[in-house]
Amino acid sequence: MNKQHLDSTPPSKGFRVSLFVTCLADLFRPSVAFASIKLLEQAGCEVTVPLQQTCCGQPTYNTGDYESTIPLAQQVIELLESADYVVVPSGSCAGMICHHYPRLLEGEWRDRALQLAAKTFELTTFLSDIVHIELNGRNPVKLPTVTYHDSCAGLRELGIKGQPRKLLRELCDTQVKELQQTEVCCGFGGTFCTKMPEISGKMVGDKLNNALATEAKILTGGDLGCLLNIAGRATRQGEDIEVRHIAELLCGDLDGPAIGEGK
Amino acid sequence: MKQTSETFLENASEALKDAGKAQRRDLLALFTPMVRDAAINNFENFQTLRQHVKKVRQHSLDNLDHYLAQFEQEAVRNGNRVHFARDGDELNSIVLDICQQHSARRIAKGKSMVTEETGLNDFLQRANLDVMETDLGEYIIQQAGETPSHIVGPALHKSAAEIRELFLDKHDLGPRELAETADLVAEARGVLREHFLKAEVGIIGANALIAENGYTMLVTNEGNGDLCANLPRVLIVCTTMDRVLPRAEDASAMLRLLVRSATGQPQTCYTSYYSGPRREQDTDGPLETHIVLLDNKRSDVLASDYHEMLQCIRCGACLNHCPIYASVGGHAYGWVYPGPMGSILTPLLTSLEQSAALPNACTSCGRCAEVCPADIPLPDLLRDLRHQEATENLSSTPWRRGMKMHAWLARHPRLYHALTAIGIPLLHRLGRKRGRFSRLPMADGWTSQRDFPAPQRKTFMQLYKARNKASRRRADDR
Repeated sequence: MNKQHLDSTPPSKGFRVSLFVTCLADLFRPSVAFASIKLLEQAGCEVTVPLQQTCCGQPTYNTGDYESTIPLAQQVIELLESADYVVVPSGSCAGMICHHYPRLLEGEWRDRALQLAAKTFELTTFLSDIVHIELNGRNPVKLPTVTYHDSCAGLRELGIKGQPRKLLRELCDTQVKELQQTEVCCGFGGTFCTKMPEISGKMVGDKLNNALATEAKILTGGDLGCLLNIAGRATRQGEDIEVRHIAELLCGDLDGPAIGEGK
Repeated sequence: MKQTSETFLENASEALKDAGKAQRRDLLALFTPMVRDAAINNFENFQTLRQHVKKVRQHSLDNLDHYLAQFEQEAVRNGNRVHFARDGDELNSIVLDICQQHSARRIAKGKSMVTEETGLNDFLQRANLDVMETDLGEYIIQQAGETPSHIVGPALHKSAAEIRELFLDKHDLGPRELAETADLVAEARGVLREHFLKAEVGIIGANALIAENGYTMLVTNEGNGDLCANLPRVLIVCTTMDRVLPRAEDASAMLRLLVRSATGQPQTCYTSYYSGPRREQDTDGPLETHIVLLDNKRSDVLASDYHEMLQCIRCGACLNHCPIYASVGGHAYGWVYPGPMGSILTPLLTSLEQSAALPNACTSCGRCAEVCPADIPLPDLLRDLRHQEATENLSSTPWRRGMKMHAWLARHPRLYHALTAIGIPLLHRLGRKRGRFSRLPMADGWTSQRDFPAPQRKTFMQLYKARNKASRRRADDR
């Protein structure tokens, strides 16, 4: 095994998974990554976290700086390609690896990108469709009412729709209260939200209002970018709704403050 | 048409302030995808037909020289005169020449985004011609002195109350109520009918040019295209050369997608094929017909990395599904074509410099590409335009440098982790109590609209390494 990989559990017979933490979880919400590890281990996976990881390159890529993104993409490929499976607790970062690396790279690197893409999965898809996580005698997580925001990249690039809802049903005994226009963008869009703040503000305002209309106590989703955006708007407006990543809900990690909440 | 794409952000800001119009846009953004979905979901062959139409469009564009030549030959055989215009000015001059040859004073015009692109109405009016738009939406905005806000529904931004005020002001028809929408339509119909009967020249656009028979095809819901084409003595069809399709059945296939995607109808009320001037045995129809085919940089686009944009069939579905278009409306984009397709076409047909904001008016949400009947990868083309902006130094310099810095740092994991291990705990301590920041240096864009959530106490990498160290120590102790 690569020296950079540190085992977090003793080897098991299950799936060998490398976790790509994503820069937002690394910096803003480590609990998302720890919850992901816990869920993957519950599903019988052997999880390693390659320590040299930083960012998948979405910010520079979407800004149009392809030249700076290419070496970053190559670095991620080198770091992850030896894994059996790569799991990412974010639809947009997984989409970046699966769809945009092959588009960005050429020749041999494109082939390597495609090979990596074939074994890279967003967390809820992997738990639901590949390893088929089950409660295995554990009690379902008790949750207040939950609404779910379908993040765009996960939804449209990776087809994530039923998986998180199924997991919430099976692991938390929770039926999602659907918000109107759930498939419409929340206005995050990476650097878009700071480049065009007023338009982004209108969009996140609409998203939040639709979420509030469900009267759910928690809004969840699979992408921290969107969740930081929506949570920031919710606290700004002083709304009574918690925003948490789906990985935290699925493993019952509800003790710490929600996104944007103080102690 | 005067372009204001340069001030997109200011235009958008203005648009967002008008609460009434914003609410109208919200309703349309809810309603138009619903009718489109209903039409597409009741139509089992959408994906198959979409791939078919895409192939047909690509094939036509790849062999444009061949099909254009064939179209011209067949159209001339039908008695049409075919003109090619390199740019908007050329198209305008050709049209004016034809009008002057016939000493025309009154023009009845069907809806045509191409002539919006060339500014034909202004040009003809400056030559003292009386040009009247005959599509109801176009007529309304012409009376209001506005430009289209949508490529299919040009006056969708106007409420019935506004239109009532406009008609009461513009039509000298004495005291009347115009209480119902139907009254408004009836009044416009009456005014327009007069003009149709007096016009010497009719001008229409085309949704397709059919190479095998030299026909032009046009869809309308009001039948005004047919009146423009058949009542005046002279007909001029203005369109662009990329509309050409090999066969009539290709146009039919495209139609099945176009109308469902545009208005959610299985077909429009009128689908018309125009062959040419009145023949000896015909009892009506124009005596002389012209077809003016505009290039206006489309051959450059065809040769560029953005060539897929020419597959566009102008249905407007990408506008209806774009949350940014829904937020700010069509006028903010500052030229003829708004929304995702406009944010690509405007830079390509005018200049990227004049419209540098438009490719950035996108969150890459992908909803436009999902519904595009021509399967154009709109978000990818928008990103490629941003790439071109970065390459040509059209984006802001601090922004570009910041991004380069981020990428450089991300390529040096040790330094990246060392710096974030200092920065994140600091940020956490500063925001610990409230868990968020209402203001933060260098994050005005974010904090002007929402709080900035504070990070948890350390980075994942710090915590994870510490956890591994502890478990190794425990293992050593045993």
